Amino acid sequence: MRHLINPLDFTVEELDALFDLASDIEKNPAHYAHKCEGKKLATCFYEPSTRTRLSFETAMLNLGGSVIGFSDAASSSASKGESVADTIRVISCFADICAMRHPKEGAATVASTHSSIPVINAGDGGHQHPTQTLTDMLTIRALKGRLSDYTIGLCGDLKFGRTVHSLINALSRYDNVRFVFISPEELRIPDYLIDMLKERGIPYEEVIRLEDTIGKLDLLYMTRVQRERFFNEEDYIRLKDFYILDQAKLELAKKDMLVLHPLPRVNEISVEVDDDPRAVYFKQVQYGVYVRMALILTLLGITD
Amino acid sequence: MLNVGKIEEGYVLDHIKAGKSLTIYHLLHLDKTDAQVAIIKNAKSNKMGKKDILKVECPVGSINLDVLAFLDRKITVNVIQDGEIMHKEDLILPREVKNVIKCKNPRCITSIEQGLPHIFVLSDEKKGVYRCKYCEGKYNEY
Repeated sequence: MRHLINPLDFTVEELDALFDLASDIEKNPAHYAHKCEGKKLATCFYEPSTRTRLSFETAMLNLGGSVIGFSDAASSSASKGESVADTIRVISCFADICAMRHPKEGAATVASTHSSIPVINAGDGGHQHPTQTLTDMLTIRALKGRLSDYTIGLCGDLKFGRTVHSLINALSRYDNVRFVFISPEELRIPDYLIDMLKERGIPYEEVIRLEDTIGKLDLLYMTRVQRERFFNEEDYIRLKDFYILDQAKLELAKKDMLVLHPLPRVNEISVEVDDDPRAVYFKQVQYGVYVRMALILTLLGITD
Repeated sequence: MLNVGKIEEGYVLDHIKAGKSLTIYHLLHLDKTDAQVAIIKNAKSNKMGKKDILKVECPVGSINLDVLAFLDRKITVNVIQDGEIMHKEDLILPREVKNVIKCKNPRCITSIEQGLPHIFVLSDEKKGVYRCKYCEGKYNEY
């Protein structure tokens, strides 16, 4: 039984096959429109996430399958005290595959150990969000044509930003990738990731000002400072506006640099940037559907 | 200096960080055995200033010492037979430690899920780093 809990659960070769499939889905959507007929996806969302849940549901509907599930813990048996282990055992009787989001770190791991259907981690607290990573990677691959040979800047909340942590882990497996971490002191990248880069001899630098470094980037990954990751409201208010990407800063960037963002955006990217061809964060959302379609097919073992 | 008599067969756990002997006593489940145990706290040590020592009278091999390497690799394990030190046991880091310590990360699923075993997995053998199987939080101190 295959699950996707961590982006590193798939080898580079398996990811290549997944991205090839996603690209084929993009080119020939009609070919895949009935591949999951009779199959059900359960979306078990213990915390609200309209975007990710709708992306999963769209992916399954695009494949001709159907969807069941809940969209917050209050409307599930968790409100009666049911454990994740029991919930997934029950869901296994209803559905063929499950996408789970939970506020606690490691919840999807628990689900996968008790499940008789494939489990996709749709986000477990501040820990992992592998399908966002796959989305980011497919976007880079589709628009840059490769996953190696570039300098990527990651900007904003690098401490709590799980999409950032997952992306660094995943991209560090490709050749000639250089990282630039742009964050205030309080939201620096965790030491274990720095240790990993040092050990593998992967070049990186840490800077505070985006303007000083934007000119050398091939990719800029912006993140939101998330209120829900802070225990202290005062810290959140102090740091939330630290980085704002506007047209003036973008003028300093390469003409073919891409701006990515996992969304939702609050104000860290000015709306004036949206019309710039380098801003690809809304295209990212579309790639997210393709990659989730490819993932559902792969985990269900549905091939041509 | 406090003197505690020799043991005939068992283990002398030396160079335990001062004040931690009782924690180790519990983690080795010595409270659940009939073994005679001497707990020496704050003994003088040239190397450490002060240290704790545990002397356990029991058949050699009857205690699972894997957890010691996980807790503190600096602990010396002297194996005693016929009242003499037979050898010093090398501590090997276990691949996995189950239900020995609890994950302290308040965001970890172990903080709310009933009946879930607390499992730590060896993630860096060279540095002896263990991480929670679920949240991957680093285990820091016992």
